Amino acid sequence: MDTWTFGWTVALIGMGGTMLVLWILSLLILLLKKLFPQNAQPAERG
Amino acid sequence: MESALTSGLQGLFLGAVSLTPGQAVMILVGCGLLYLGIRKGYEPLLLLPIGFGAVLVNIPLADMMGKEGFLRFFYDFGVLTEIFPLLIFIGIGAMTDFQPLLENPKIILLGAAGQFGIFLTLLLALAVGFDKLDAVAVAIIGACDGPTAIYVSSKFAPHMLGAVSVAAYSYMSLVPLIQPPIMRALTTDKERKIVMGVAKRPVSKTTKILFPIVVTIFASILAPKGAPLIGTVMLGNLMRESGVVERLKSAAENEIANIVTLLLGLSIGATMEAANFLRPQTLLVLALGFVAIGLDTAVGVLFGKAMCLLTGGKINPLIGAAGISAFPMSARVVQVEGQKYNKKSYLLMHAMSANAGGQIGSVIAAAVMLSVLQGMGIIAG
Repeated sequence: MDTWTFGWTVALIGMGGTMLVLWILSLLILLLKKLFPQNAQPAERG
Repeated sequence: MESALTSGLQGLFLGAVSLTPGQAVMILVGCGLLYLGIRKGYEPLLLLPIGFGAVLVNIPLADMMGKEGFLRFFYDFGVLTEIFPLLIFIGIGAMTDFQPLLENPKIILLGAAGQFGIFLTLLLALAVGFDKLDAVAVAIIGACDGPTAIYVSSKFAPHMLGAVSVAAYSYMSLVPLIQPPIMRALTTDKERKIVMGVAKRPVSKTTKILFPIVVTIFASILAPKGAPLIGTVMLGNLMRESGVVERLKSAAENEIANIVTLLLGLSIGATMEAANFLRPQTLLVLALGFVAIGLDTAVGVLFGKAMCLLTGGKINPLIGAAGISAFPMSARVVQVEGQKYNKKSYLLMHAMSANAGGQIGSVIAAAVMLSVLQGMGIIAG
């Protein structure tokens, strides 16, 4: 594989992949927050 | 008797007469790093042992990186095996509070944009003639994350470890100087004055505990080559948030992190032998590392501008600069810059969210890059 094919492939998939993984993580965080909201935990009402 | 005295005296001065110009220069470089760490306060925890290691390894005839040398032992044990950076990651995870990120998850995207400098620098490194894996090692300076840079460069370009590590840690400490001009150049006065609302969104303990577990499973399955990086950070964070292993958490963020930081610093310094370090390539690594962090900042701010546009002006683009891994330094830079243009603007909490996103983002970006390299057959599976 030539240098530029390598470079552009890693750059494009790398940027896209990082963005995609973090976007899905943000959705997972929202899901966790929905499933386990703060006020649903009596122990933390304090 | 006379000849014995002469031989003895010769032995005493053998080191001095064996000192090469390259070793003398590297001893001065080591002293320069010591100066930066001690007098200027630039990442002293790392620059002091790195500088001292650089001095030690360039002492003629001491052979401290030889087969029996004590620096060789630390290097082989902790750097070649990648154990040191991973142990540091456990400590980082134990020290990091992801609450600001969990309160405002969409800001994590700024942590992705803040890593684009890695990939753009990869292209630049290839353009100036680095071979593929060397270019990867140079580009990873853009993660703005010392342990990630060390992990990747020790794995794929160990001959560049010294230059990459020095660049990574030096530029991290220079973030307050590197970022503001770029932030000002890419934003308008009106954008810099945007006041972001303070919406407290409480996060349950269960969410905080599940977060590191979910991130580890999900991200490691997507990018298995980065599982050691992701797994160790999240293990540290799980120890912190679970609240049931206070002793382990305390050891990870204190004793283990301190000991490993010392040994890691010495080991990195030990790679700075004159023959390895005094090459034009080192200057290129330092220059490209600087560019990488500048590009991270630029893309982060530009992404912040896009988010500002999409949200109808609710996001101050300055917080995009905090999407890098220099935590919490970068968030503080954003707060200071925001206050310069609008005294009523308190960007710190929002910038902390982006900064925490940058911490995860740098690890994810490295993991994604390693997995792409594996997929392309550039590195072994």
